[in-house]
Amino acid sequence: MDFIYHVEGGDFTNAGSTSSEVKRMLKKLGVSPEIVKRTVVALYEAEVNIVAHAYRGDISVNLEEDRIHIILADEGPGIPNVDWAMQKGNSTASPKVREMGFGAGMGLPNIKNNSDELNIQTEVGKGTTIDFTNYFTH
Amino acid sequence: MAEDFHHALKFKYDLCIGCAHCTGICPTMAIHIEDGHPQLNPNRCVDCGRCYQACPVNAIYIEQDDFETVYNCKYPVLLLPSIFTAQFEEKIKEKTILSALYHLGFKHVFEVEKSVDFIKEEMQKTVNENNGFKPIISTFCPAIVRLIQVKFPVLVQNLYLLKPPLDLTALYIRKLLTEEDNIPVEDIGIFYVTPCAAKIAAIKSPATEEESYVTGVINMNYLYNKVMRVIKQGEYKLCEDSRTHNHRLSKSSLNYTLTGGEVNLLKNGRNLAIDGIHNVSDFLEKLEDEDIQDIGYLELRACDESCAGGILCANNRFLTAERQRKRMQRSPDEIDAEDNDLLNYVDHLNEHKRVLGEVEPRSMDKMDDNMAVAMQKMRKAFEINQNLPQVDCRICGYQSCKALSEAVVNGQAEIEQCVFVQRALEHSEKLSFLDAMRVNIKIWGAKKNDPAIAKNLNL
Repeated sequence: MDFIYHVEGGDFTNAGSTSSEVKRMLKKLGVSPEIVKRTVVALYEAEVNIVAHAYRGDISVNLEEDRIHIILADEGPGIPNVDWAMQKGNSTASPKVREMGFGAGMGLPNIKNNSDELNIQTEVGKGTTIDFTNYFTH
Repeated sequence: MAEDFHHALKFKYDLCIGCAHCTGICPTMAIHIEDGHPQLNPNRCVDCGRCYQACPVNAIYIEQDDFETVYNCKYPVLLLPSIFTAQFEEKIKEKTILSALYHLGFKHVFEVEKSVDFIKEEMQKTVNENNGFKPIISTFCPAIVRLIQVKFPVLVQNLYLLKPPLDLTALYIRKLLTEEDNIPVEDIGIFYVTPCAAKIAAIKSPATEEESYVTGVINMNYLYNKVMRVIKQGEYKLCEDSRTHNHRLSKSSLNYTLTGGEVNLLKNGRNLAIDGIHNVSDFLEKLEDEDIQDIGYLELRACDESCAGGILCANNRFLTAERQRKRMQRSPDEIDAEDNDLLNYVDHLNEHKRVLGEVEPRSMDKMDDNMAVAMQKMRKAFEINQNLPQVDCRICGYQSCKALSEAVVNGQAEIEQCVFVQRALEHSEKLSFLDAMRVNIKIWGAKKNDPAIAKNLNL
């Protein structure tokens, strides 16, 4: 089953609606609670990344009986150094943003920890595509 | 599949007018209409009682134990939620109400919240020392425990497995009467007065394998009527009970049953209290979706205004809560073992305070045990739903278009039950008028589809 959701940059009010929708589908499918949780955490993190940093993006969800494959493609600033951003604690957030408690450098590492396969493609000035898969049986 | 839940909510079909208000309000989509009457899915219902409140003709009732069992019992004692006395008009004093209860045959009356003074310490300690799942979710309200089992199985691991006040106080009563007063255990009957259906269901079939200490359950509105009658007819004698003469509860014990009662016991950290089952459901969705950090404890209650809004309460919930708060103003901040004998039994309570066994998740959302089949069903239901009008009119007998599409793929309903689909099929001559009528009669019964209606309306 395939679904596409649109995400608008800056729309924090609706951030999380895709992960909520996906969660409902996984529950219907009978996916184990731990895997539901992992998927929702990874997707929520990636979804909020679009809202916070990009202009807009599309989330394509491909759901099969044994796995879920999600592609989040955004138009936005891109990530200058992905390997660096993948390290826990690294963040491009300004000191001002950090003072508010954001930008702890947990975003990408959190997606990585909660996905079975992760692929990130990014081009500075154009956008980022995050592509991850979670399997329902180990 | 585990055994079906026991339910205290029952339908009286002879009174039911088949209006489907119950179908619409149910937070777990547990009710649909067939043959003109509601049908309950026992694995979805959580006994929250919203349907009972919504029914315009009182066709839903709550089963209770026969009051005769009290008279047949050698040593009946009453386990009374403090909210009971708050139902009465203010001019009827607590002492009068208790005297009426003794007149009805109860040897002693113990207020349920006596054990809150014990719980208070426990809760604070548990929250402070919690290194496990966060937040800890209260198990005080049994409708919420069941809601989490069926709708939020991920959160079962967060449930706080400390026995609620009802069980702890019952534990104390049993110990006290057998050891201090030497009453044989088989003679003792502990009768709990319930403000809601969920508590009955929890006593008759607990969420874990543990058995209840409660002998019987009496509905609060039923006892209210009995007591009112005794008082109005002046049959009682003002009297005191040597065992429970100190009917003082601390402020926080009285507050426990109202919204915020648990959270107010906690001195530090971030703790939240939410009442109303639909509000709770919304919040738990959010809790599942996002990482809401640092909440130590969640107090969740199915009824608006918590137990003051219990469906078996006799009075308006705001007036009840008001009287409860007035009693709080007259009550001491702290109570020690001298005024609350239960605190002399802390060792015994400590020994038995934990709920035995585990609360099992029992997801109602899963479309099939086999994931491949579930996938097919989901796909099919999705396709059907896309073609339904999304009016959620309930004419098909189900709560929503989505609910109908799922019932269709599970073989429980026919797509022709949708009135819009019927019209489309009639239009393309794939369904005869009479067949459509037959479908409608199957859902709503013959009376609502009687051609005589046109004549009666002079049409």
